Amino acid sequence: MDIGTTTQFAGLLRDHRDELLKRWTANAGTGLRGRLAEAELARQIRELYDALRGTVVTEGELTLDSPAAVELRAVLGELSRQRALHGFTATETAISVFALKEAVLGVLDAGESGSLRLFVAVSQFVDELGLFTFEAYSRTREALIAEQAEQLLELSTPVVKLWDGVVAVPLVGTLDSARAQVVMERLLQTLVDTGSPYAIIDITGVPAVDTQVAQHILKTVVAARLMGADCVISGIRPQIAQTIVALGIEFGDIVTKASLADALMHTLRAGGFELNRRAVRRD
Amino acid sequence: MALADSGGDVEALPITADEDVVRVRQLVRSRAVAAKLSLIDQTKLVTAASELARNTLVHGGGGRAEVSTVTNGRRNGIRVHFADDGPGIADLDLAMTDGYTSGTGMGLGLSGARRLVDEFDIDTGPGAGTRVTVTKWSR
Ligand SMILES: Nc1ncnc2c1ncn2[C@@H]1O[C@H](COP(=O)(O)OP(=O)(O)OP(=O)(O)O)[C@@H](O)[C@H]1O
Ligand SMILES: [Mg+2]
Repeated sequence: MDIGTTTQFAGLLRDHRDELLKRWTANAGTGLRGRLAEAELARQIRELYDALRGTVVTEGELTLDSPAAVELRAVLGELSRQRALHGFTATETAISVFALKEAVLGVLDAGESGSLRLFVAVSQFVDELGLFTFEAYSRTREALIAEQAEQLLELSTPVVKLWDGVVAVPLVGTLDSARAQVVMERLLQTLVDTGSPYAIIDITGVPAVDTQVAQHILKTVVAARLMGADCVISGIRPQIAQTIVALGIEFGDIVTKASLADALMHTLRAGGFELNRRAVRRD
Repeated sequence: MALADSGGDVEALPITADEDVVRVRQLVRSRAVAAKLSLIDQTKLVTAASELARNTLVHGGGGRAEVSTVTNGRRNGIRVHFADDGPGIADLDLAMTDGYTSGTGMGLGLSGARRLVDEFDIDTGPGAGTRVTVTKWSR
């Protein structure tokens, strides 16, 4: 917006504060369909309005990235963040900003010279504000999603106690570095908490074991050993076994079993459990 | 390397982050299933692709993968081509040695991938980037 139009806009904001606020809030309210308390919406719009006025009165060309617009950017950013956190859509958020256009149109005197030019300029500037809102909104949503993914990561790696002294981690899906780290920490913590001498890592749900997955598993086994626990790897399906061999991966002296049941049997036997001895004698 | 007819259904994927490695793996698996490779051959090919995609990312600084279904008249196969403009490999014999790694890996990716596929072709050199093409045929 050039200086002439900016001055005109500043005058409009100064002379029609109440009317503009009323129209802006009403228009924004329609876009939100009553999902936000009226008083809260009015407060948000008032804050935006005052930040806008503070930006528009300053001399020079009006753009959102000018130093004078720092307060306006902060208010817009906070509004977008709040809306994103409270589950409003990006459109609902942007509409609150775009609603200013109609408000300005409502107070402009159509007959007055230059009012069309002013409206076009204001409209462009409001578009800029809308885009900024959209970006700030997306950033908040992305952060939220990343946080949820992290929580899911925690959830998807349960460590279960199978027997007194035997804990198991069933791995399902892709074992990337981030998950491998979580699995290892969880397993070690559970070993400490339960004082279990045995841990079973079950890979039935892992679609492919490449060198990265193997390395993660090996590291986990070594760490568990340092804590005084013995690890058994179970759930090695035929195709995985053949692939591991072809890759040249060696699990050394780590005990591997075809199924979780076999692994449990092995640990019970190694631990000298009563029940296990009887079960073995029977078959 | 014997040339075979490409089915004309080449699918390309960029490899610039960890999740791209997962994407390559998934694409290769779905193509291998469609080409009726056995479960063992699917797993071998997917694992080889996983290794090569990660090498492209980690050592090659990122690149791309192309997956295509090929036929030699009698059999169908899946061909995966990896390319990067990274530093290339100066001593290929050394790099192909079991257990050799310039980083902190197991040093089994490249040599292991070769054992997992039917055809393995590598074109690399210092400063020339790296291109690896592997093919697995249905039985
Ligand atoms: N695309 C590439 N560009 C440059 N160097 C490569 C590339 N691929 C492999 N190399 C070199 O070859 C070496 C051996 O590769 P290989 O995949 O066998 O082992 P690694 O990647 O180090 O470990 P991992 O066993 O986890 O795969 C690498 O350490 C690296 O120096
Ligand atoms: Mg490798």
